[in-house]
Amino acid sequence: MRPDLDVVASLVGEGVSVLDLGCGEGELLDHLITRQRCSGLGIERDVEDFHACIARGVPVTQGDLETEIELTEASSFDCAVLSLTLQAVRHPAQVLEQMRRVATRQVISLPNFAHWRLRLDLAAHGRMPSTRSLPYTWYETPNIHLCTLRDFEFLASDQGMRIAKRVLLDEDGRPAPRHTRLAANLLAVGAVYLLEG
Amino acid sequence: MEGEGIGRVETQRAVVFDSDDPLVLDSGARLEHVEVAYETYGTLNDAGSNAVFVCHALSGDAHAAGIHEGADRPGWWDNLIGPGRPLDTGRHFVVCANLLGGCKGTTGPGSIDPATGKPYGLRFPQLAVRDLVTVHRALLRHLGITRLLAAIGGSLGGMQVLQWALDHPGELAGGLIVAASARLSAQNIAFSAVAREAIMRDPDFANGDYYELENGPDRGLALARMLAHITYLSEESMREKFGRRIQDASAPRYGFEVDFEVESYLHHQGASFVGRFDANTYLYLTRVMDYFDPFSDPVGMQRKIAAGDTKFLVLSFDSDWRFSSDHAREITQELRVAGAPVTYQEISAPFGHDSFLMPVPAYHRTIAGYIDQLSGESTATEA
Repeated sequence: MRPDLDVVASLVGEGVSVLDLGCGEGELLDHLITRQRCSGLGIERDVEDFHACIARGVPVTQGDLETEIELTEASSFDCAVLSLTLQAVRHPAQVLEQMRRVATRQVISLPNFAHWRLRLDLAAHGRMPSTRSLPYTWYETPNIHLCTLRDFEFLASDQGMRIAKRVLLDEDGRPAPRHTRLAANLLAVGAVYLLEG
Repeated sequence: MEGEGIGRVETQRAVVFDSDDPLVLDSGARLEHVEVAYETYGTLNDAGSNAVFVCHALSGDAHAAGIHEGADRPGWWDNLIGPGRPLDTGRHFVVCANLLGGCKGTTGPGSIDPATGKPYGLRFPQLAVRDLVTVHRALLRHLGITRLLAAIGGSLGGMQVLQWALDHPGELAGGLIVAASARLSAQNIAFSAVAREAIMRDPDFANGDYYELENGPDRGLALARMLAHITYLSEESMREKFGRRIQDASAPRYGFEVDFEVESYLHHQGASFVGRFDANTYLYLTRVMDYFDPFSDPVGMQRKIAAGDTKFLVLSFDSDWRFSSDHAREITQELRVAGAPVTYQEISAPFGHDSFLMPVPAYHRTIAGYIDQLSGESTATEA
């Protein structure tokens, strides 16, 4: 499993019901269902990924997550997951609000657009940075709402959501070394947040 | 559609209830003799774990696939069932049976009532979806099958799959519910009501006792079918198929006879239906659909789901306005809230409600993938 998904899985916990928004090939849900006694549902727009979920036996709805989450009953999950997807939705604030409506806890992972390499890249070349985790050209990128860790934390706070836990990630999506915390918004490549309320 | 298909098949018959072991219906009424017409394709494996039951819709029959001797067309779901097709008869044992109340070999209102020696007509008891399932299960007992890899059905067929999974937890590994509804809308019921009125107001209806008369309610049944057929197509598919074209002429005739192609088509649908379907069966089975409401008791339903291990696939078609995606979403939502694993997909296809009978590639891909996955799981359990 992708290393950042290990972090997500550990924040989701054991035996909970999980809604994975933009679940891709269902790797995380498969892990949560088979290893952590969770029940789960994925939402995935891409038809190939949808079929990958079927092949894994992961329950999934094919559709746009922003439409589907609005059709999801309130408080119907313990935990809603959005991994590396917030930056690709049309209305990030509304998605957060909906995640809060349908689940008691939210686990969200995102790339940090304020990582020093991106800052340096932008400063040095004056062009939109392109990195391993954000490899697209600006005109083709699905990532239409990139933000920094600080940006996200302000948004969460504006929405009245409490950050219960934050795990900073390194280049490989693994938990970053301790010292990263000293200047998280500069040193972390990304982060996984556990939000409540 | 791939490959050659199944080839020659024959409908078989089995008596599944008799006077020693009568069928007790959901209403409490009894039937002393129930015969089922069915077909099977493929081979049941030694573990008995590869059986798939196909539940047919209102106007279907046991002849889902393959070709009958002398026929020029295969069974109604032949594009789905056969070697290399989504219900792969090289790997699965597929069973399809005519419904209780039907007119294609299974006991129904046209059958002889043992009490009177005459056809039942409207003395045939009212049925529920549950009763259709009871008879399917009796057939499976007869065939020595205790658990299904899957039950699959479209429209009324999907309703049977849903009822089956709710009432008999543990019997279906997979429930595939296509273009179905768990609760007909007022509009749905209204269309059924007009169709039934057309039959019952036909002067030849004779209160359902037309079997021994020279004429039956053919005009009423044809009209019912014409009306219903409109609801099976989409506006787009009708526009594509007929537009405003005039039948057999270059200019309109400006009369009340059939002039537009679409009129001619509906007349043809009506007329051909009369030759193959019984008006009383139409009344009984449409009524079964009207009353179907398995989620009306949410607590009982949740208990049933909790007791079972069925995995569901719910599919709808974007051009289906008879049972729109809202119906499918309601089924999906109710099952999920009750804790069942449900995969849902709205498939884009232009054929309206009838899409479920069409070889739509995206649709067949999903059915095939889902059946494969169930099959893999069942093999893993055996190993």
